[in-house]
Amino acid sequence: MSESRRPNTMPIYLDNQASTRVDPRVLEAMLPYFTEQFGNPHSTSHAYGRIAAEAIEMARGEIATLIHADPREIVFTSGATESNNLAIKGAAHFACAHRQGEKPRDHIVTLTTEHKCVLESCLQLEREGFRVTWLPVEPSGLVSLAALEAALTESTLLVSVMAAHNEIGVIQPLAEIGALCRAKGVLFHSDAAQAFGKIPLDVEAMKIDLLSISGHKIYGPKGVGALYVRRRPRVRLLPLIDGGGQERGLRSGTLPTPLCVGIGRAAAIAAAEMEDEALRLRRLRDRLWTDLARRVRGLRLNGDAEHRLPGSLNFGFPGIAALELIEACPGIAISTGSACTSATVEPSYVLRALGLSEAEANSGIRIGLGRFTTATEVDFAIDALSAAVSRLTGRDVAPT
Amino acid sequence: MARTETYLDWNATSPLRPEAAAAMAAALSRYGNPSSVHRWGRAARQTVEEARSTVAALLDAPPEGVVFVSGGTEANHLALLGTGRERVLISAIEHDSVRRAAPDAEQIPVDRDGIIVLDALDDLLADDPRPALVSIMLANNETGVVQPVRAIAALAHARSALFHCDAVQAAGKIALDFDTIGADLITLSAHKLGGPPGVGALITRNGLELAPLLRGGGQEGGRRAGTENLPGIAGFAAAAEAAAAEIAVYDRVRELRDALEAGVAAVAAEAVVLGAAVPRLPNTTAIAMPGVAAETQVIALDLDGVMVSAGAACSSGKVGPSHVLEAMGVGPELASSTIRISLGWSSTEADIDHFLRAWTTLYRRCRGLMPEACAA
Repeated sequence: MSESRRPNTMPIYLDNQASTRVDPRVLEAMLPYFTEQFGNPHSTSHAYGRIAAEAIEMARGEIATLIHADPREIVFTSGATESNNLAIKGAAHFACAHRQGEKPRDHIVTLTTEHKCVLESCLQLEREGFRVTWLPVEPSGLVSLAALEAALTESTLLVSVMAAHNEIGVIQPLAEIGALCRAKGVLFHSDAAQAFGKIPLDVEAMKIDLLSISGHKIYGPKGVGALYVRRRPRVRLLPLIDGGGQERGLRSGTLPTPLCVGIGRAAAIAAAEMEDEALRLRRLRDRLWTDLARRVRGLRLNGDAEHRLPGSLNFGFPGIAALELIEACPGIAISTGSACTSATVEPSYVLRALGLSEAEANSGIRIGLGRFTTATEVDFAIDALSAAVSRLTGRDVAPT
Repeated sequence: MARTETYLDWNATSPLRPEAAAAMAAALSRYGNPSSVHRWGRAARQTVEEARSTVAALLDAPPEGVVFVSGGTEANHLALLGTGRERVLISAIEHDSVRRAAPDAEQIPVDRDGIIVLDALDDLLADDPRPALVSIMLANNETGVVQPVRAIAALAHARSALFHCDAVQAAGKIALDFDTIGADLITLSAHKLGGPPGVGALITRNGLELAPLLRGGGQEGGRRAGTENLPGIAGFAAAAEAAAAEIAVYDRVRELRDALEAGVAAVAAEAVVLGAAVPRLPNTTAIAMPGVAAETQVIALDLDGVMVSAGAACSSGKVGPSHVLEAMGVGPELASSTIRISLGWSSTEADIDHFLRAWTTLYRRCRGLMPEACAA
């Protein structure tokens, strides 16, 4: 299959970290709640409202099951960005409003490689007077547990570390971080937008207090997410969005029933299929990497090779800017990194944090294989990428 | 138990318009992230930007002023918190999402009909020179009473205050124009006008600075981070377009609502329609059946297949008098016996007949046979 044979079709979608296609089974589950069952779930005085409310509670249970939580610990939000804002600012503002004892807990620890919405939330708190430690990561992208432990003090309120990384796919040692935090009475928040539904997460075993979840990263709908908020020991937050008092006062606003049903169904499917899907995606990803590395010399893998999401790859071709390469491969939809910042020309702050030079960071390409990616598509991508490298460098690549 | 179901709780939420369903189905096949630069992302971006123009067109507002958010509650928070005004004035009948966003706000009283006392607003603004934000809803969710927003805007601007108007209930039911309203910020919700739940917009005047509530990837011009709810936004736009095109339907809805009120009055002379003397939304009526608790009425009507509410949906689970009716000076007895009936574009005469049959049965039972069972 050559580039020229796909003139009028959309490119092959290999950007599943940015967003995913809604699974047809998820869509099917959602549809009745857009149409016949349109009741406001908070209108509990009539049947339409009660049916919607029941559907939402079932979805809440499906999400809770996937992370070994209690349904009452799941707060629906508009997405992971809101969940992260609510977790970090909500915990900080509650601590500020209910200061206990002599020493206030006004210190937050996070990584320099976190998602923008975590970094921006922490920056806002820093402007408000909180102290923030921005921990660097190892060249692998993994947190140094020793450095994290050293950063925790009596005044540390919260640690926020992403479960699996959106750009480099690296999975952090969550259980170890959780144990460190619990021992020091520090809240542990993890942005699991990329990890939820892809790898096993257990808020009990990992001692996670707050966990951010996204719908559209797991073949569910956009516009919905969730925040896990631990009940025992209880984690207290101030709401960001207040009003009707929905979601036990933590998040007001009419709950979007179809979207809640969608993320619930997506979670249930992930729970049933995660193991097989992970195996399949890991194989496809390894094939992509191995074949490409064999055909293009000097490829550089970014981020830890072992601890990474099954479908995720980030690599660079020395001397070729990522944007140039992407333009040379119109048949595949890939990106340079986070979608939020993919329109900017600055090199990825994440890759720079791994110690890459500006040029190296500029060559970083992110590929995200997903549930609907086929082996044929992966082979097409291998061909397209190696042909483009060959054209751009004027060098022949190794034969297939 | 086969029987007709009559939905008369449109102010809580409305069914999805077919145009919205079609637009969402199309958008769901475009699964890119609108911020991605590849073709999937660009297609998604185009959908979002077209929707922005369409939603703006509902009020003839500038498209670049439209900030997509997760709904009316978030839009109200963004308006009240994002404008960063030291002083916030809200009416005494605002939705809880406004009241809770500004718990320290000063309150502007309303008269017996539920209309803002303009002199009181002017006095409050004159008393304190700090830059203020005035937040007053266009039409009330419980009574449907419509405020003189143009006069409010003029008054606020004359005192250098910003004016935010929560138009969640009014949009799609009466014709609205951004410049005529004169507000600096207007809140819209999709699911109240036939779009999907989970999406809304804050429409801002050009050049108005807004600090984001949700920080992160810098979407929505830095005013609201988070991946855009693409199908939701597409559905919102299609619903807004259909609502604007079919706004004349509400002339018929008004006739139905008036017939409902006349039917109630014919049965019970002591029934009270709140705000009846002033401009109201064509679809809403708040009717008190004195001596019969609203919850009793709502449950009895529900058993008869008629769905109404005792007030705002978000608070329908909790007991306690409505702050809206209290602010209008409605006594606790009358307030606790008031229900809200709200119609929509597909409401029919049969719906009104069904309601009147059920309401009359309940009324007669309470008045004649077993009054003790109906105590407020």
